[in-house]
Amino acid sequence: MTGLLGAALPAVPLVAGLLGLLLPPAPRHPGGAAGGDRARTAAVTIGVAGAAGALALAVALLVTVDGPTQTSTTWVDIGGLRVTLGVRLDGAAALVAVAVAAVALAVQVYSIGYLRRGPHDDVDVDHRYPPYAAQISLFTGAMLLVVVSGDLIMLLVGWEVMGLCSYLLIAHDRRLAGAPAAAMKAFLVTRVGDVGFLLGIAVLGVSTGSFRIADVLAHDHSGATLTAAGLLLLAGVAGKSAQFPLHTWLPDAMAGPTPISALIHAATMVAAGVYAVTRLYPLFTAAPVTLTVLGVLGAITLLLGALAATAQDDIKRVLAWSTVSQLGYMTGALAVGSPSAALFHLLTHAAFKALLFLAAGAVIHAVGTTLMSEMGGLRRSMPVTFWCTVIGLGALAGVPPLAGFWSKDGVLTVAESAALEGTGPAPSWVGWLVWLAGLLGVAITAWYAGRLLLRAFFGEPRLPLVTPHDPPAVLRWPVLLLAVPAALLGLAGFVGAFADRLRFATVPVAGAEDGLVHVGPALLLPLALLAVGAGLVWVRWQRDRAADPATALGPLRPVFARAFRLDDVQHTLVVRPVRALARLARSGDEVVVDGAVEGSGRAASGLGAGLAALHRAALPRAAAGVLAGALLIGLAAAVLGVTR
Amino acid sequence: MRPVIPYVTAALLFGLGVYGVLRRRNAVLVLMAVELMLNAVNLILVTADTTVRAVLPHSGQVFALFVIVLAAAEIGVGLAIVLQLYRLRATVAVDDVALTEPPVPARPVGQSAEAAR
Amino acid sequence: MTGADLLLLALGAVAVGAGVLVVTTKQLVRAGLYLVVCLGALAGDYLVLGAELVAWVQVLIYVGAVVVLLLFAVMLTRAPIGASDDLDRPGWPAALIGGGAGLGLSVLLVDAYRWSTVTMPGAGTAERLGEQIFTSWVLPFEVLSVLLLSALVGAVVLSRPDIGRRGDDAEASAGSLTSGGRR
Repeated sequence: MTGLLGAALPAVPLVAGLLGLLLPPAPRHPGGAAGGDRARTAAVTIGVAGAAGALALAVALLVTVDGPTQTSTTWVDIGGLRVTLGVRLDGAAALVAVAVAAVALAVQVYSIGYLRRGPHDDVDVDHRYPPYAAQISLFTGAMLLVVVSGDLIMLLVGWEVMGLCSYLLIAHDRRLAGAPAAAMKAFLVTRVGDVGFLLGIAVLGVSTGSFRIADVLAHDHSGATLTAAGLLLLAGVAGKSAQFPLHTWLPDAMAGPTPISALIHAATMVAAGVYAVTRLYPLFTAAPVTLTVLGVLGAITLLLGALAATAQDDIKRVLAWSTVSQLGYMTGALAVGSPSAALFHLLTHAAFKALLFLAAGAVIHAVGTTLMSEMGGLRRSMPVTFWCTVIGLGALAGVPPLAGFWSKDGVLTVAESAALEGTGPAPSWVGWLVWLAGLLGVAITAWYAGRLLLRAFFGEPRLPLVTPHDPPAVLRWPVLLLAVPAALLGLAGFVGAFADRLRFATVPVAGAEDGLVHVGPALLLPLALLAVGAGLVWVRWQRDRAADPATALGPLRPVFARAFRLDDVQHTLVVRPVRALARLARSGDEVVVDGAVEGSGRAASGLGAGLAALHRAALPRAAAGVLAGALLIGLAAAVLGVTR
Repeated sequence: MRPVIPYVTAALLFGLGVYGVLRRRNAVLVLMAVELMLNAVNLILVTADTTVRAVLPHSGQVFALFVIVLAAAEIGVGLAIVLQLYRLRATVAVDDVALTEPPVPARPVGQSAEAAR
Repeated sequence: MTGADLLLLALGAVAVGAGVLVVTTKQLVRAGLYLVVCLGALAGDYLVLGAELVAWVQVLIYVGAVVVLLLFAVMLTRAPIGASDDLDRPGWPAALIGGGAGLGLSVLLVDAYRWSTVTMPGAGTAERLGEQIFTSWVLPFEVLSVLLLSALVGAVVLSRPDIGRRGDDAEASAGSLTSGGRR
């Protein structure tokens, strides 16, 4: 029963997505609005039904599942390598599945209103809604496949389908100049990591002789194999979960529609990397080097994302960099030995980040721009959006008792114990790194969250012409409903059933035996840092209400705004050499290979033409040739006759 | 009688004929050189009739007669071709006979023939 | 060195000399006349070699018919009177091949016969040759007659363009008719 539920969970949105792809993508002609509307209605129905079905199944799964279960059937057996079709379910998988399906449903509903011909659109704008909705369904299905998959190959399939869907959806808005480039960048950068992921899976599968996750976990791998496989898998995780140094695609992916940003950042894609690590966590604990690497990367990512978020002007880019930063918390929690804390933060982050993106989408929808320098004063005209954003930002920054506070505190507690008592699987200096970076990140997060709120919603309107208003119901309700878990999900950590589901029976969890949340004096330190960050930005804003608090950064501001110029570094170190190599290969192909082929062809036809010219020689030359030939034959005959 | 004298004469005449065929540009002169070669062959045949004792008497001379007949036929057809060429192209230079030209369609040939007439 | 040899030598020299003039002269009509001299000297050679009939046929057909035909052709192609400069093309391949052929054959034949002598067989009179032709060689003779006939017909067809044109016209109209029918 449970296995069937688990198998149906990804199947429902996948089928919905494939069905949606069959719909006509756009009205055939501008006059045929009726046909286009019919296709749109069908796409909306299929998309919402797929997401709602997935959510219902996920909730059912959450209720029924108790303890890890798995079912599998052999799919192919290639020379001793067994690939199975099957699911591996536990409480964590069910919780993540619920989060994914819920966010997907919210996004599907939200998109109905967001991708509609609005006052800011031209008359002939075509949103191509059916393929869009179908791609969201496929995306959701792929993520759910990753969540429930009991086999590494199936996990890889979902992983790659997600990469494809992210590419398609980021490039959805063809009017934006940067969208195709951003999609290409996202695809290529995650692809770089995926190569490592594929190799890591291959190493594990070959070592085990089977790709079933249970077999892989049960097998006794050698230390070198584990380290190699872990590091290779981490490359894929860094790509998908936007960890340094493969994080550069995530801010650029803001070129996609805002609901897609919510989907990518909250539920799918970036969550997949963290989730994959928790899925295979015993392997990582057995190879502490990998966790050390992960911890260092996580700490760098955490601070990098937070600092970059401080100087952005684009509201979506602030949120994108905050996602990078929060992912740093999750990988940091993994590095210090607590997948439970990581998953808890993943879930709360899914809730408040989806809320923040959808609220930001409402703002963008109303104002018509993504730049905070053109917003301001929206608090009065958009009260619902304002309060939802306050809840989201509070959760992001970790204001008690909102969700982010409890989950982030869980991460920091584990890191602290790893740092002070050395309880983590990695060396204690990794714990120190994660803990200090996390504490610093709290302050910075509070600073940029406060800046976003002040710049967008307080002060005087900077664009007097637009008359912003709260979004219509179809946009408002998803935001409102998401505000509930964003506010309250952290308290679920006190509920035993919830915490039990997140606890990994197979994982020896260090330092977190006593539940997900910890109430104690240790909470005061992050709270104090939170107050410092928020207070700094408040003071700065009070001094000059029209100015950007980011001016306080001084000369560092452009550096932060461009994320430490890592894009330029990447461009110099990777893109340019690769382009040069591509040019070299291309010219080599064109000059050498094609040259050889075409040259031989040209030589053959030239030779043929020459011979043909010889053949159609005019009479005198032909006669001369014939007679000379006769003479030569005669000479040869005479010489041979004489010698014989 | 020393047969080497007519034989060498014939050989030299044949060489002259080859030279003429290759050297001359005028088609009529080419035909004349061809006649030289034919006559050289005739001379060899007749001389061989005296030096080679064949089963059938005088077969060399009979062959020479046949060759003369062939030469007459050849010159008749050859000159007809030369005249036709001259009628079409107003030249008898064998250099100018382009072999790459596509076959001229029927009607222009007729027209040009009428024009030549 | 008998008288016959001397005669052969003299006539051969004349024939070769006239042949040289035939292939080198710059005047078309003179080339034809030198050809007459060359062929006549050859006819003399035939006589010395005892081929009476061949010699007379040579005079009749070559000197009488072929050369006259050639001269007619020269006139019909409106050859200029006097020297022409454009009769020849660059001559080294021709000289090489022609000289090679002539000298090579000469060497072969000289090597074969040296300075030997042969006794002359009986003369090739019309009676003896006729006997041979109409007994042993009658089939080639008949084939030759067919060849002559076809050459005659071919020459007539070639020199009368109206014959070919009518055929072409008929073909062309038939082609257009069939294509029209197909349409």
